[in-house]
Amino acid sequence: MLRGGQLGHRREILALLILLALIVVVFAVVVGPVDIPIGETLSYLIGRGGLVKRAQPTHYLIISDIRLPRVLLGLLVGWSLALAGGTMQGLFKNPLASPYVLGVASGASAGAALVALLRPHGALLLPLGAFVGGALAVTIVYRIAQRHRRGTSIYTLILAGVAVGAMFSALTSFMIFLTSRSQRLTDIIFWTMGGLGRGNWPAVYVLAPIAILSSLVILAFSRDLNALSLGEESAFHLGINPERSNRILLGVSTLLTSAAIAGTGTIGFVGLITPHIMRLILGPDHRWLLPASGVAGGIFLVLADMLARTVVQPAELPVGVITAFVGAPFFLWLLRTRGGNL
Amino acid sequence: MRVAVDAVRFSYNGQPILRGVSFSVSPGEILTIVGQNGSGKTTLLKNISGVLPPNEGAVYLGMKQPVEMSSGGELARCLAAVEQEREVGFDFTVRQLVSMGRFSHRGRFAREGDADRQKIAAAMESTNVTQFAERPIHTLSGGERQRVFLAMGLAQDPKVLLLDEPTTHLDINYQIQIMEIVRRQATAGLTVLMALHDLNSAAQYSDRVAILHDGVILAIGRPAEVLTEINIKTAFDAEVRVGRDPFTGSIYVTPHPQKV
Repeated sequence: MLRGGQLGHRREILALLILLALIVVVFAVVVGPVDIPIGETLSYLIGRGGLVKRAQPTHYLIISDIRLPRVLLGLLVGWSLALAGGTMQGLFKNPLASPYVLGVASGASAGAALVALLRPHGALLLPLGAFVGGALAVTIVYRIAQRHRRGTSIYTLILAGVAVGAMFSALTSFMIFLTSRSQRLTDIIFWTMGGLGRGNWPAVYVLAPIAILSSLVILAFSRDLNALSLGEESAFHLGINPERSNRILLGVSTLLTSAAIAGTGTIGFVGLITPHIMRLILGPDHRWLLPASGVAGGIFLVLADMLARTVVQPAELPVGVITAFVGAPFFLWLLRTRGGNL
Repeated sequence: MRVAVDAVRFSYNGQPILRGVSFSVSPGEILTIVGQNGSGKTTLLKNISGVLPPNEGAVYLGMKQPVEMSSGGELARCLAAVEQEREVGFDFTVRQLVSMGRFSHRGRFAREGDADRQKIAAAMESTNVTQFAERPIHTLSGGERQRVFLAMGLAQDPKVLLLDEPTTHLDINYQIQIMEIVRRQATAGLTVLMALHDLNSAAQYSDRVAILHDGVILAIGRPAEVLTEINIKTAFDAEVRVGRDPFTGSIYVTPHPQKV
């Protein structure tokens, strides 16, 4: 069972989050090693890039080719991970479910690494490889947990997720070992660390359509998630096809996670803590919870990435370090306060 | 809506549970199924609700079988079910839960309309949960929760209501509340089928009682005809005395164990 505060101002909170996301995007484009006046950034963002280009060609390039695609990728990846995480938490009725815990992230990362190993320039193949790996991982985990007659057991689910995740991580490590003398090593290590450092327009163009389509499907099925949290039989009585909804939601959230991971590698905790915090604020109605989680996940990741690229200038921290520093203590707090009540 | 069960057979893992069950229930009537634990009461209700389609035989809700109605929410608009115990995965408010009863009445993207709000309010009113509307479900007691689930079922605006031991584990005051609500709904024209443990509640609130024993209906009819000492001995292997309650006039079953 989950306790959650229930505020009546859900529409206002969602609008506030969207406004905050816009501010964070502008802020994140402004902040960086090269000082660019906020006016130039705003001019660019409102479509008057031509002015900046003529006055400050370097600044124009930094904004248009480096910072903006990176920030947008962060927003998309954060949105995708948090939305997928919220969906999985709803499906498994547990706030500990996340792409990480269920092994999806490790599977997707191994799949993407394998593609990179075999075909270093297959940009479009990466999300596909990630999806195959992620889907394989989640299928194994789900099948094992479902063996229990009384639905899916959360303990089995988490243990299976840990084991399957470890297996896929080992596979990735093995690939690192095989390529240790090759240039592709950095490619593969990239997926295990996770980061937005490779954020460029092609990455945005690959992820954006997948993220938008998957999100639309998930949002269309968000009321099914509400019904499913009463159990499959109750959902059936409410007129929902539980098996079909389960399969669609699990499949699409795996796709969403995998596509995000193909672009940036595994970034933990965004998909775990964002939906949980949003549930505390907005309550469990997935029709509000999921979009709010997506926006909040985008904000979280863009801010974390901003820290990652500024705290140890001129070097860059992997953004996963930041999200883990914030997320892991929260996760432990969650474990402690929920005690044996999982 | 008339519910007809026609020669239904159902096996679970090769173990026959229902071995040819037939009966029908009319609108406005309460039919209660009693029988030992494991006699197949729940399985029979699931066969009727469409959760488990029968292996052989058929169930008819009006003119159609549940399997023909399960797509597009048609089944949910005609039949509601209250299970014995329900785990709610997240802390929804009472109103959020009751409003889920309206899912089958509108499209995926449609917002709650006036008709929906009216049905939700009426369902909460008739089950006396309006005062809890904004409370999270986990702050309510078992009996209050069961009333909320009943409200959710009624918000579906069904023609048939199935209840699987709706009063088990509840204190007597809550048992009475639930049964009175169900009685009123039947009087208003709902077809009610329920499984009960408590033979006395069955006798007091049902129009007809069916005893399920060994996968078949041992007896079906008015409580006084069915709940006899000999039938109860056969179905439950229990020695009882059956009398009349002096206040309500309904059948009253009292345990009367022989010397062990």
